Amino acid sequence: MGLPLGAALAACGTSGPAPSGGGASGAAAGGNGGGGAKASYWFLSGPPGEAPRTAAVKRFNQANPNGQIDFNVIQNDAYKTKIKTAIGAGQAPTIIWGWGGGGLRSYVQAGQVEDLTSWFDQNAAVKDRLFPGAFGAATIDGKIYAMPCETVQPIVLFYNKKVFEKVGVQPPQSYGDILDLVKKFNAEGIAPFSLGGQSRWTNMMWLEFLFDRIGGSEVFQAVFDGEKDAWNNPASIEALTKMQELIKANGFIKGFSSITADSNADQALLYTGKAAMMLHGSWSYGIQQAQGGDFVSSGGLGFMNFPPIDGGKGDPSDTVGNPGQYLSISSKATPEQKEIAKKFFASGVLDEAEQKEWVGTGGVPIVNGSDKLFTGSKDAEFLNFIYGVSSKAKVFAQSWDQALSPTAAEVLLDNIAKLFQLSISPQQFATNMNAVIGK
Amino acid sequence: MSATTTGRTSSAVAPKARGGGVLPWLALPALLAFVAFAVIPLIGVLLLSFTSWDTLGTIQLTGLESWQSVLSDPGLPHALWVTFLITALSWAVQTPASILIGVFLAGHQRYRELLAVLYFIPLLLSSAAIAITYKALLDPNFGLGAGLHIDLLTQDWLGEPGLALGVVIFVVSWQFIPFHSLLYQGGVRQIPRSLYEAAELDGAGRVRMFFNITLPQLKYTIITSSTLMIVGSLTFFDLIFVLTEGGPSDATRALALDMYKRGFQANLMGAACVIGVILVLVGLALALLLRRLGGRDPNASQLEGA
Repeated sequence: MGLPLGAALAACGTSGPAPSGGGASGAAAGGNGGGGAKASYWFLSGPPGEAPRTAAVKRFNQANPNGQIDFNVIQNDAYKTKIKTAIGAGQAPTIIWGWGGGGLRSYVQAGQVEDLTSWFDQNAAVKDRLFPGAFGAATIDGKIYAMPCETVQPIVLFYNKKVFEKVGVQPPQSYGDILDLVKKFNAEGIAPFSLGGQSRWTNMMWLEFLFDRIGGSEVFQAVFDGEKDAWNNPASIEALTKMQELIKANGFIKGFSSITADSNADQALLYTGKAAMMLHGSWSYGIQQAQGGDFVSSGGLGFMNFPPIDGGKGDPSDTVGNPGQYLSISSKATPEQKEIAKKFFASGVLDEAEQKEWVGTGGVPIVNGSDKLFTGSKDAEFLNFIYGVSSKAKVFAQSWDQALSPTAAEVLLDNIAKLFQLSISPQQFATNMNAVIGK
Repeated sequence: MSATTTGRTSSAVAPKARGGGVLPWLALPALLAFVAFAVIPLIGVLLLSFTSWDTLGTIQLTGLESWQSVLSDPGLPHALWVTFLITALSWAVQTPASILIGVFLAGHQRYRELLAVLYFIPLLLSSAAIAITYKALLDPNFGLGAGLHIDLLTQDWLGEPGLALGVVIFVVSWQFIPFHSLLYQGGVRQIPRSLYEAAELDGAGRVRMFFNITLPQLKYTIITSSTLMIVGSLTFFDLIFVLTEGGPSDATRALALDMYKRGFQANLMGAACVIGVILVLVGLALALLLRRLGGRDPNASQLEGA
């Protein structure tokens, strides 16, 4: 009786395999039944990431019959809740996949993840081959708590070349150009910018660039560092004001506040030519390629870094987005499991084969020199662009909602939605946000 | 069984006298389930509302801090107001429509059964599926209006605060009117024919019969259906969450949604539990109020003089 019941429990996946016992998880997804301890690993399902993640674990398991990793794939939104619940209940997987930043900080404060600083000191080669910028979001109070992995995802200004040609205009070189383009596209009945405003973080990408280009990266850094009234910075108010001016000038597609990014409707607006431009994460390239017919392959998709703003202090090479994804080790795991995880970090994560698979999905692995893998790829132009933006950025800031604590991030996204709805003024926004600084 | 040996003569009193028999035991499974899945979690929620917990670290007793932060948050009266609007408006839309459809379905017209089956379909669909479908249909750029080039339908349905609330109420009603119609259909079928025959002899028309016989006879069905609607819409979550996520900005952020966002997105379990407690209290108060409206004795005859 005991065995089938255990198998059913492990397979149904509503509760994670207990970190203490490899036995209970014996029938879970990994399933090659080798001897010795087993580590567990949960990660996100769906394209483009599921295939490279799964393959990396399978390769590792093949090479290490005595130290296997059981994996469990979980859908994006469900994962965010599930991993928090599991960690809070002391049922976390050995390897915790995440976005670093504020979420990681909350794990660290609860003492739930391992300090990897000394391990990285001993294994300098593991650290040195990765983009140095990827470690910022893995570092909490000077200590490294996560292994950066997967791809770098800066936010990119995409545009529809065919629409630009039809209207007879050039890509913007400055924010002034953007305002001119808004008028021209509106006159042609084309929405200047697509935006999936219901998702809220989509709106946030705009503020991230306006803040950086107007006041430099130190404006948000002050917020992140918990400086009192940091949102009252004149550059901050100016950026918020410019944001609302762009909304009032019909810079965004009508009805943007009910469009979600999850359904990719915002991207459909760009490749169908209903909108001329879109600010979005670099992962959008793969989505447009998959869903936009021959839009990408026929050279319809243009891309560039966000242009400078006249008189702004920010460095035009700065960018923002996800400097990488992150793997932490649960402090509740057994020593054997922790060893397996570290071995996976050192030999499995972003090996040559995994890098190639990420490149195949249109992603740039966070490995120094991964650009040599781009030659011959049909996406070489885009991959080189992303590699250039990421490696040349003076500051690669982490997305605000990931950098802040979940509590502050929720208030931020809420107020951003209100700012875009024009239901609060820039000063009200700053006041509301100042109230949660450092929380 | 043992009641016969107690010597009671009136068989009508007998069921009440069986207190020590097997009947109380029949309530036990339901009672156990209720205690395990309703009472104990409720106590947990009440206790958690006096703590601060980010779902990761240790639970810290902080007394009234969570209560203070929630009660002083302008988001709370707003969420209460949105909840009230959704409750009141969806009741006002659903009740008349359900009564009319229920009365129609209780009749014997041609094609009535076919219509009844068709009409029942929304109830068979999951809320999430309904919400995703409506969201696609109402999309301002790719939806029904844009596809058919009908300007009237090409509105920013889920992007304007007023319209979004209207859409939520419409979709909720679309989903639940069939259910309440079913209740009313049953209610109407219970009304004795003799009442209508008598009224016909007295020369009453159809409209008059509807208002003077059908409606008064449906009093308890109306109370039952209203209780279900009102208490149900207090905790309405899935459809709104998928349809608008509480937006635009916070125009459709009802209490249940506010609770979820605080608890699982902002990691403030204490504050979320405060809202949970408030929801329970409001729900209880409304349910009691509706019972009061139903009169002192729900078993009293409605057929006096019939």
